[in-house]
Amino acid sequence: MAAATPLRWREPSILPGFGMALGITLTALSLIVLIPLAALFIKAASAGPADIWAVATSPRTLAALKLSFLGALFAALVNAVFGLILAWVLVRYEFPGRRLIDAAVDLPFALPTAVAGISLAAIYAPNGIVGSLFAPFDIQIAYTPLGVMVALIFIGLPFVVRTVQPVLEELQSDVEEAAALLGASRARTIFKVVLPPVLPALLTGFVLAFARAVGEYGSVIFIAGNVPMVSEIAPLLIVIRLEQFDYAGAAVVATMMLIIAFALILSVNLIQAHARRRFGDV
Amino acid sequence: MSDAALPLAAAAPARRSSARGESLGVRIALIAVSLLFLLLFLLLPLAAVFVEAGSKGWEAYRAAITEPDALAAIRLTLLVAAIAVPFNIVVGIAAAWAVAKFEFRGKNLLISLIDLPFSVSPVISGLVFVLLFGAQGYFGPWLQAHDIKIVFALPGLILATVFVTFPFVARELIPHMQSLGTADEEAALTLGASPWRVFFRVTLPNVKWSLFYGVLLCNARAMGEFGAVAVVSGKIRGLTNTMPLHIEILYNEYMGAAAFAVASLLAGLALITLALKTFLEWRFGDEIAASRRH
Repeated sequence: MAAATPLRWREPSILPGFGMALGITLTALSLIVLIPLAALFIKAASAGPADIWAVATSPRTLAALKLSFLGALFAALVNAVFGLILAWVLVRYEFPGRRLIDAAVDLPFALPTAVAGISLAAIYAPNGIVGSLFAPFDIQIAYTPLGVMVALIFIGLPFVVRTVQPVLEELQSDVEEAAALLGASRARTIFKVVLPPVLPALLTGFVLAFARAVGEYGSVIFIAGNVPMVSEIAPLLIVIRLEQFDYAGAAVVATMMLIIAFALILSVNLIQAHARRRFGDV
Repeated sequence: MSDAALPLAAAAPARRSSARGESLGVRIALIAVSLLFLLLFLLLPLAAVFVEAGSKGWEAYRAAITEPDALAAIRLTLLVAAIAVPFNIVVGIAAAWAVAKFEFRGKNLLISLIDLPFSVSPVISGLVFVLLFGAQGYFGPWLQAHDIKIVFALPGLILATVFVTFPFVARELIPHMQSLGTADEEAALTLGASPWRVFFRVTLPNVKWSLFYGVLLCNARAMGEFGAVAVVSGKIRGLTNTMPLHIEILYNEYMGAAAFAVASLLAGLALITLALKTFLEWRFGDEIAASRRH
């Protein structure tokens, strides 16, 4: 397709409807997504450098952003480890209830976040079924930053499993058998032969889980406690600014969130593209 | 080409072969860790919804989901989904048709832009419409002068929901339609079928299951969305409260059992969605397997 004459921006086709389909898509995309997002950036910029700086560097903003991003990072790491184990178990082992477990992994995609939020809060509260196990050790989960992590782990759980699973399914058995025949221990085979090709998918799943967790709101606010500077996530700070009719402040925090998130996702994608060029497509 | 050299070795089920298997102890440990993880983070929360919903007895449950505000919230949730989902079906099909059936410059950029709402916090998805249409928003004064309400009213709820669910249908359809190519449509056109006939008799039947899959996920998200609608709703009881927002209000007023009662309806919807989704993946996996993650 690169060979097409440079003047033409689309390949000829006898199929009809290109103009209409693209027209509908671009119109809807612009009206629903692009123009509103542009309004966000314009609003943030219109606050003026001094105000932007004041909002961006206020301790409360920084604490909220730190909690959202570090919390998302931690949750994505937990999901990377357990998601990999889970995917491995689902692909490699046969046990009763495997199909049911496989289906249940998608629950966070289907369960509304508010429902997950109140339910997690009930379970992990000091008098809840899980929270009461930790209470004797003076560990409180709900209404602390730990509670934020729990909600973010819940919400990101399917991403790693669902990106790693298909790659594990497609792994050829011959390399593993060769490694075993050549005398490698099982652990060595797994870490040197099986896992390397899974790494890119694991990284993708990690990024997806992280991106979802950074912006998560519904499942977090019920379990977080929402104490400013301690357990207040960035999306909640946006809502609070908005409720105080501080539109510019809300827009500045939102813009910072978007810029940091996109920069992180972009850099991971670049690392991945680099790895793919270097080690081949996996 | 190397596939031809070992046609059967790769296809043979090797799940239990000793060269690939871990010891029984490791296997049991890994399964136990997985189950414990799922129990703590998935299964207990799900079970807790139903347990808490029933904690005050059947009468209280029935009362919680049939009181006027709850019924209004259910109606509003259904109404918003009934408008937002068909809108996204039409746009998603149009986007998939343009992207999958034609080659043009900027296609990858277009796909990235369609996926954009997935990487935006739900709260920001609501915020952008408040900035545009809120009382102090760019169009606020004009809307007020003409007595049109968007934010804190039905249109705002619909806009925020459409934003959040924008990519679902398109991203299920695009990989499937791309894998099918254009030969069927070209043949039908050459045989003299009209463009709409080609679309309804050839394209649509080919992709109906991946379309249904996308609609299913789109609908689940539309009915369950919280963050985006929380920002644009204003949470006026009986008027702009959707089911998830109603749950929040009940919960914050320490009416836990009532909140869980309404939540159990949404959890039921989630279970139906999961069951249908699993069935579709099992029955029509080839057609939708290309896009199992989202």
